[in-house]
Formats: sequence, structure tokens, C-alpha cells
Amino acid sequence: MEKFTTVTGIALPLRRSNVDTDQIIPAVYLKRVTKTGFDDALFAAWRQDPDFVLNQPAYQGARVLVAGADFGTGSSREHAVWALRDYGFDVVLSPRFGDIFRGNSGKQGLLAGTITEADAQLLWDIIEADPGIELTVDLVARTARVGDLVIPFVIDDYTRWRLLEGLDDIGLTLRDEARISEFESHRESWRPRTLPAKQVNQ
Amino acid sequence: MTDVTPTGTRPRTLAEKVWDKHLVAKGEDGTPDLIYIDLHLVHEVTSPQAFDGLRLAGRPVRRPDLTIATEDHNTPTLAIDRPIADPTSRTQIETLRRNCEEFGVRLHSLGDIEQGIVHVVGPQLGLTQPGITVVCGDSHTSTHGAFGAMALGIGTSEVEHVMATQTLPLSPFKTMAITVNGALRPGVTAKDIILAVIAKIGTGGGQGYVLEYRGSAIRDLSMEGRMTICNMSIEAGARAGMVAPDATTYAYLKGRAHAPSGQDWDDAVAYWDTLATDDGATFDAEVVLDADTLEPFVTWGTNPGQGVSLSETVPNPAGISDANERAAAERALEYMDLTAGTPMKEIRVDTVFLGSCTNSRVEDLRAAAEIIKGHSLADGVRMLVVPGSARVRIEAEAEGLDKIFLDFGAEWRFAGCSMCLGMNPDQLEPGERCASTSNRNFEGRQGKGGRTHLVSPLVAAATAIRGTLSSPWDLIQDGDR
Ligand code: SF4
Repeated sequence: MEKFTTVTGIALPLRRSNVDTDQIIPAVYLKRVTKTGFDDALFAAWRQDPDFVLNQPAYQGARVLVAGADFGTGSSREHAVWALRDYGFDVVLSPRFGDIFRGNSGKQGLLAGTITEADAQLLWDIIEADPGIELTVDLVARTARVGDLVIPFVIDDYTRWRLLEGLDDIGLTLRDEARISEFESHRESWRPRTLPAKQVNQ
Repeated sequence: MTDVTPTGTRPRTLAEKVWDKHLVAKGEDGTPDLIYIDLHLVHEVTSPQAFDGLRLAGRPVRRPDLTIATEDHNTPTLAIDRPIADPTSRTQIETLRRNCEEFGVRLHSLGDIEQGIVHVVGPQLGLTQPGITVVCGDSHTSTHGAFGAMALGIGTSEVEHVMATQTLPLSPFKTMAITVNGALRPGVTAKDIILAVIAKIGTGGGQGYVLEYRGSAIRDLSMEGRMTICNMSIEAGARAGMVAPDATTYAYLKGRAHAPSGQDWDDAVAYWDTLATDDGATFDAEVVLDADTLEPFVTWGTNPGQGVSLSETVPNPAGISDANERAAAERALEYMDLTAGTPMKEIRVDTVFLGSCTNSRVEDLRAAAEIIKGHSLADGVRMLVVPGSARVRIEAEAEGLDKIFLDFGAEWRFAGCSMCLGMNPDQLEPGERCASTSNRNFEGRQGKGGRTHLVSPLVAAATAIRGTLSSPWDLIQDGDR
């Protein structure tokens, strides 16, 4: 995972609450074999509507999603985060998140920041008045800035630390790399190895 | 995390010994331990996103030499030389081939002698050994515990974690001793033991535990029988199942392709001999079973805990005191189209499936072949025999088992998971009833609307002859043997 400090990008206003993971990515896309290539699957049902906000030219290339309360509830599918990441989102701001979704986000480098209902309204109004306007999200200061307006967001210390350090679960374990190598240096020679392949049974 | 401190001389269980031996770092304040993984088994269904994750992060597979892949869940069991018809299945297989190539992972593809169900392949190559840690993105990884290994099923994120680091953060578990005393009567097998255990402790009874199977009836089992038992530990909700290694284990391993040899063999055996649970070690829970009184066991419902002895009748839900269980039993009987009070032996089947990682090793096929030899398949019944691996198929053919099955009227298929879960074309039709040697009788598991009775290979064979759920004992009573 890359280290996360600040992100500046187009903000997308999603004036809906209770956006569950089935809406973020419908089940039919779960048969795929990749973690990428889900950008077309993001909000697939809603995107059928040409007026859906994601289809508007001004918001192409958006990186910050400003959503209503209870974003990412429902099924635990990690695909929801993969789809958002794949489309290009680095940040979702919402008054409330589904727990599992928030956990999955942290693992995949997606910042899920909690803002107040009032601030969500404020941001929607500002963005819609000037579609394509950029927003700067500062993880160190825990703020979202648009023009002169600075809005605070909440994220737990541990997730913030991991994002700032660019550490996913694997990255965290690899901090113990020295210990893993040390352990490997003591492994007995007779323990099984798959390579080189020995295929002939005696 | 702290450094690993040496363990004292406190008496320990088999599971604790294997755990302690693989501690890379001890967790603090409730954080998990970091456990080293000796062997990572990979198949086409749960690996694609893990490989993709590595690719995205620019990480290699840390230890390709401790990783091995095979194709099993999606593979057809007929016409294996032709392209796979179902596009989703084909894509998963092709993706696995590309990933293994790119990351340098050894793969046994369809057509290769070592191809087969991942839990049959590990032991047959001699890779599954006592005292190792084994993981696979598949719940029935518990099978490998038969060798005294700590074998855990894991999810796709964990698959990626093991690929990248050869470790897993894991929290310690509780231990449960399952002691099976006495000796099995002829016609009663390992499958009947485990079905009886699950019926006794329930499908959630093992939750949070590693089960250790002990006692004279377990010691008397072959490795194949021990694998059948450990395989279904997961059906009792357990994290894993284990059997301490002994002379039976060593005899099975010796001479296998990846078993140690020469001085290494002696060193390995010296270590393996230390693994058995110490006298005085305590388990968090204990269950005792008597093998002498066990009969062939079958399921009547839609979870593996819903089972009875074959000589009994379909239970009456009204007699179940727990309201949830009673409702579940009522639903199960409706799905299974069974009436309470019907003798199990009067239940007629359409299909017999002999296969799956529970019961598809050459010993299983041999035992079934011995029963059916000289008989013919009951009218209106089809029987599918699916060896667990290409090597099992070849070994069986060398013994002439294929001829026995074919003469009997059964279909002799190529290796794979097949009708165990119906991801490939081998499926039950809606409403069809099957006596199956597999491990799960969930609604729709073997095909939409299909009805599954879990049975041993011996019961499968006798059922194929008589057309109704039967054991070899019934054949003797029929007077034809
Ligand atoms: S045979 Fe059945 S239980 Fe075993 S790995 Fe295959 S699908 Fe899973």
C-alpha cells in the first residue's frame, strides 16, 4: 500500500443514505477472478441511469466521494472496496459507515472519514454549485478543505497510522520480516518442500 | 509483538506443541501470534484475488518452494482432454495456470498424474507430514491433521497473506479430546465414527477448538480412515482436527516422493516421536465415544449433525426439545421429503456418489469394490465413482477396480471434487436423492433441489446394490454373500 498523506481531487456528491454494498457492487460481479477490473461494476445498477451523478462529465476522474449516512452496510464483500479503489476513489466521507466496510477500507488504502450530517450537506451544496471542484483531504490534520472551508473528519488512530505508514495487514507482518527470516534460518532440512518437484513415488 | 520465549516443561497437547514450534512472534495485549506456515496448498477457486493482490502490491510469492497448486473444484470428470465448457470454470482454471506460471508456483493441471483434490494430493506426495502447519483456502484442509499436522482452512485475504509472508497472524484456540474407545465391528468405518461424533456434539460443538482424536479405535485406523475423520472436523465447527503420528503414519509416509529420506528420515522420526500429547496435559473439553456399539451411520437432514444409525427411523421433530433445532428438523424433513418414523433402510435413492476429499482414496474405492463385486447396480440407480486424484485412478485401475465398478454398472470418472459440490457438470437434478460419501448435505450442495444422505463407502456400495439405504450387514441378511 502506498503511504497516504494528502489527496487533492474532484469530489463527487452522492446524495443518498444507506448505500449498501449490493448497491456499490451487485452480486453478479463477484464471480470474477481479479481484484481489479471492477471499475465498471461500481454502482452498476445506478449507472444505467444517464443522469446518475457518476455519469456526469464534470465528475469524471473523481477521487473523493461524499456520501450520505450508513455507507457500505450489508454484505461483507471486500469487492465493494476493490470497486471504489479501482474506479479511482481514495477517500469516502460519510456521516456513518458499515463496520465491515470500514474495516475492509483500511486494508485496501481507502480512507473512510466520518463527518457530521451538517457538513455532508454543506459539502454537497458547495460541490453541486461548482461541479468538478477539487477537495483536499489531509490525513495528518484530519481535515477536508474546499476553497476557504475546512471540515474536520474522524478516523481511528490505528487505521490512520496504518494509512499514513502505507501498511496493510501484509505490510504490518512484513515489519517482522527479520523475525520471519530468523525463524526460517532454523527450520530443519527435512521439512517438506514442494520444489524441486519429485513426482515419482517409490 | 515480543520474541518467542522457550516453553517450559509444562505437559502440552499435540496441538500446543505444533503451535509453539511455529511461533515467529508472540502477540501482546490480545493481538494475535504470528505463526509460520510450512505448506500452502492452492486451488483455482480461492486463489485468483490473492494472486491479484500480490501483483497490485508488487510482491512475490515469498516461498514458492512451500507452495503447491492443483485444479479440482471446477474440473470436469469426463472428456478432460477437451476445453472446459462452462466459461466461468474455464476462466478460473486458466487464471490459476497463468498465476502459477507468473509467480513460479508448482501446479498439477488436469491430465497430470498428481492432479486431483487438493487434500488428496498433499498426502499422496508425502508433503503432508507430522508436526507441520498446513493451510489452504478451503475448509476441508482439516484433512491433513490426520498426520499430526496443524491444518487450517483460510480465506482469500489470508491466502494472499501467506503467499506474501509465509506466516499468518492467529489467535490461540482451545483444545478438545475426542476419545473413541474399543474397536469397530466389521462393516463400520471411520466415516461412521465421525458422523456419530458430529451428531453427538452438534455442528457448532467444536467451535473455537482444535479436536484431537484419540483412543484405541483411532489408533486402529489406517491413514485413510484418520483423514476421513479429520476431514469432517470442520462439520463439527472446529478449527482443525488432529491425530498424533505413530507407526501407521510413518509407514504411510515412508518412500513417498516428498517424504524425508536417509538421515533426514531418522531426524524427522525422532522429532515426530515427541509430538504426542504429554501425560498430564489438559484439554479444555473432552468427549468419549464407544466404538464397540457403533453401527453404520447416515444423515437424514440437511446438516451433517442430523444423523442416526442406519437401523433407526427418521426422527420425529416433535421429540426435539430445543425450539430452534426442532424448527430446523422440520424444515430439513420437508426439504428431504421424508416422513418421521420411516425406517432409514426404506429410503430409496436415485444416485450413489463415491468420491470427495472425505472418501475417494484408493482404500475407499477398494472397500466399496469388494462389496459390489459380483453384484449389479439396482434398477433406476446411477452410481458415480470419482477417484480423488489421477494417481488414485491409475492405482485403482492397476488393481482392476475400474473393471469391477464398470461391470457393476457404475460410471468410472476422472479425478476432482465432482458431485461433492457440483461446481462442475456433475450435479443432482432437482428432487433427486443421493447416497454420498462426501461431507456436506446442505440444501442444494450437490445440485439445486438435490437431496443428500451422507454415508460411508461401504454403505454407498450396499445402497447401490439394494437401491435403498443399506449396509453390508443387510447383504449378509439377504443371504447373497
Ligand atoms: S471434494 Fe468437496 S469438500 Fe473436498 S475440497 Fe472438493 S469441494 Fe471441498
